[in-house]
Amino acid sequence: MPEIHTHEADEHDSAYAGLLVNDAHWAFGTDFEDPLAGVDTTVPEGIDAHELATYCLRLGDDALILSQRLSEWCSRAPDLEEDIALANVALDLLGQARLLLARAAAADPSLVPALPEGSPVPPEDALAFFRDDREFRNACLVELPNGDFAETVGRILVFATYRLSLFQRLTSHPDAVLRAVAAKGVKELTYHRDFAGRWFLTLARGSDESRRRLEAGLARTWAYRHELGEDDEAELVLEQVLATSGIAAPDVRPISTGGRHTEHLSRLLAEMQVVARQHPMGVW
Amino acid sequence: MSSAVAEPELAAQFDATVRRKDRIEPRDWMPDAYRKTVVRQVAQHAHSEIIGMQPEGQWIGRAPSLRRKAILLAKVQDEAGHGLYLYSATETLGVSRDELTEMLISGRQKYSSIFNYPALSYADVGTIGWLVDGAAICNQVPLCRTSFGPYGRAMIRICKEESFHQRQGFELLMTMMRGTDEQRAMVQESVNRFWWPALMMFGPPDDASPNTEQSMAWGIKTHTNDELRQRFVDMSVPQAKALGVTFPDPDLKWNEERQAHDFGQPDWDEFWDVVKGNGPCNAQRIAHRKQACDDGAWVREAAMAFAEKQKVATA
Amino acid sequence: MSDEVRGEWPLYEVFVRGKRGLNHVHVGSLHAPDDAMAVRHARDVYTRRNEGVSIWVVRSDAITASSPDEKDPLFAPSGDKVYRHPTFYEIPDNVPHM
Repeated sequence: MPEIHTHEADEHDSAYAGLLVNDAHWAFGTDFEDPLAGVDTTVPEGIDAHELATYCLRLGDDALILSQRLSEWCSRAPDLEEDIALANVALDLLGQARLLLARAAAADPSLVPALPEGSPVPPEDALAFFRDDREFRNACLVELPNGDFAETVGRILVFATYRLSLFQRLTSHPDAVLRAVAAKGVKELTYHRDFAGRWFLTLARGSDESRRRLEAGLARTWAYRHELGEDDEAELVLEQVLATSGIAAPDVRPISTGGRHTEHLSRLLAEMQVVARQHPMGVW
Repeated sequence: MSSAVAEPELAAQFDATVRRKDRIEPRDWMPDAYRKTVVRQVAQHAHSEIIGMQPEGQWIGRAPSLRRKAILLAKVQDEAGHGLYLYSATETLGVSRDELTEMLISGRQKYSSIFNYPALSYADVGTIGWLVDGAAICNQVPLCRTSFGPYGRAMIRICKEESFHQRQGFELLMTMMRGTDEQRAMVQESVNRFWWPALMMFGPPDDASPNTEQSMAWGIKTHTNDELRQRFVDMSVPQAKALGVTFPDPDLKWNEERQAHDFGQPDWDEFWDVVKGNGPCNAQRIAHRKQACDDGAWVREAAMAFAEKQKVATA
Repeated sequence: MSDEVRGEWPLYEVFVRGKRGLNHVHVGSLHAPDDAMAVRHARDVYTRRNEGVSIWVVRSDAITASSPDEKDPLFAPSGDKVYRHPTFYEIPDNVPHM
């Protein structure tokens, strides 16, 4: 590969001198290897390993499916800056998903689907790519199609607000791995909520069209937020964002999902899993 | 107020700056033709980054492992960033991103023809990284020293990220070659499809490239198309060997005398056909970009309307 | 300004302080509807959200620049803007050879 010749400038000339080193957010410096490499995954005394695993799976599936949806925006966002921002959110959630699925698999290996003898597929991928729709534990909110930018903003706002509130509590969870995942996630989710909150306000007060779209989109996601759990703190934050934006909470009753997924999930998974399933013995 | 300086003197200063390989900055005097050439080349480069998001981007949703999904998403995101840096370089000459996007969509400006070929398997993600980004690096590394300052500075950032792109592509192919027979066949099939289009990325042969001479005199281009193509072939042959794949060129062999590889010519009729809009994906790529622009118009307008209202509120 | 009518976001210049003790250095530009969004975009685009990094953004048209060369024929009256070339201004499509 050819050398890149650049001026070896005095570090005072280069704002990137300190930036380009050891920064996990930079693509060319990012470590994409085993998410839990070197981490002690022993389940602490007094915690039911299966319960912990299914809990992590639920949290991981939420992140994975929303990440899958958000990455559909790639090359389709309203402008390049937003394309990059949405990809950042999707990448963060994908990172959370990997950690949580790996945690689930380590805590209770019996949850990992069986693959042909000798398959090199790692547990996180077996969980992501070789489970059927009914085995996914995510909330319906994250599997709904993206809709327009306003609907996506509303959904990120609701999701990030609930998840941030939850992750703040999980930073004192007895399981050290989950605690660490939560601590990392809190920073990310704060940013996601901030991104969505700012756009929510912008669209609410921007034009008549943006306001109409925001309200319509929010009505669709609002009815699904209860699946994320009871959380007064999250509700309070959402109330504040809506009030600041001058948007009334949509007058919609919770959708009764009967604990089942929507029709959208199996199609989403069909796309997500197609290559992996064609090559159960493949290495990537 | 200082007095205006006659154009010949300015032209002489400009030429002297370029000759001593110094940079031309946006507010310097420059010949109109130089300005136009820079805008055209940088815009075409920016468009290539943005259109180039599509063939790989459609595989993000189908990436066969979570690790690959993260790598690919980060890579395609980088391409949006590269397009953004490059559009910024043209904006220093007063041509806005919206104007350039309009020129792209209306077909008045081009992008690299390679992106008019389809990405048909996951191996293509690897091949695009290895061969397409590899060819791009050959083209781009010299551009870090291009005469127009903002372009060169954008290229320094871009080249740093592109080398990651090429490595991830090669590493994906290497991993797949260690996998199943089906995976190995996927890799070879993909390399067969991309080899010739990759060679075409360097542009037509020197004797059919009318703009090259002037661009080199101005320091906008630093090597001819054929020089770079040769360098790319020489670089790629040992990499293919390490990988265990072959290139679909019966004429490809080492020439001891030239200390370089001889190789066959791509189908230039096909090249011109694709450039003129008849490639497999030309219409699809532009339609996709136009759709994103159109769909986002109300968002961009709403944000401006909001900013205006804020200004009034705080005034 | 004509670009507001079209809904194109104004251009901002981005300055980043890579670490404590260093100056803010110009790293590039981007588009944003307003200052607050420009800072967010700068974090996303130019630092991929590296924390602890200080970012300045300023609208490009708010920058006053000196002439690069005393002999600059456009030193006045318009030489004090970052953008000075005619193409900065809207030209209808049907005007040839622009």
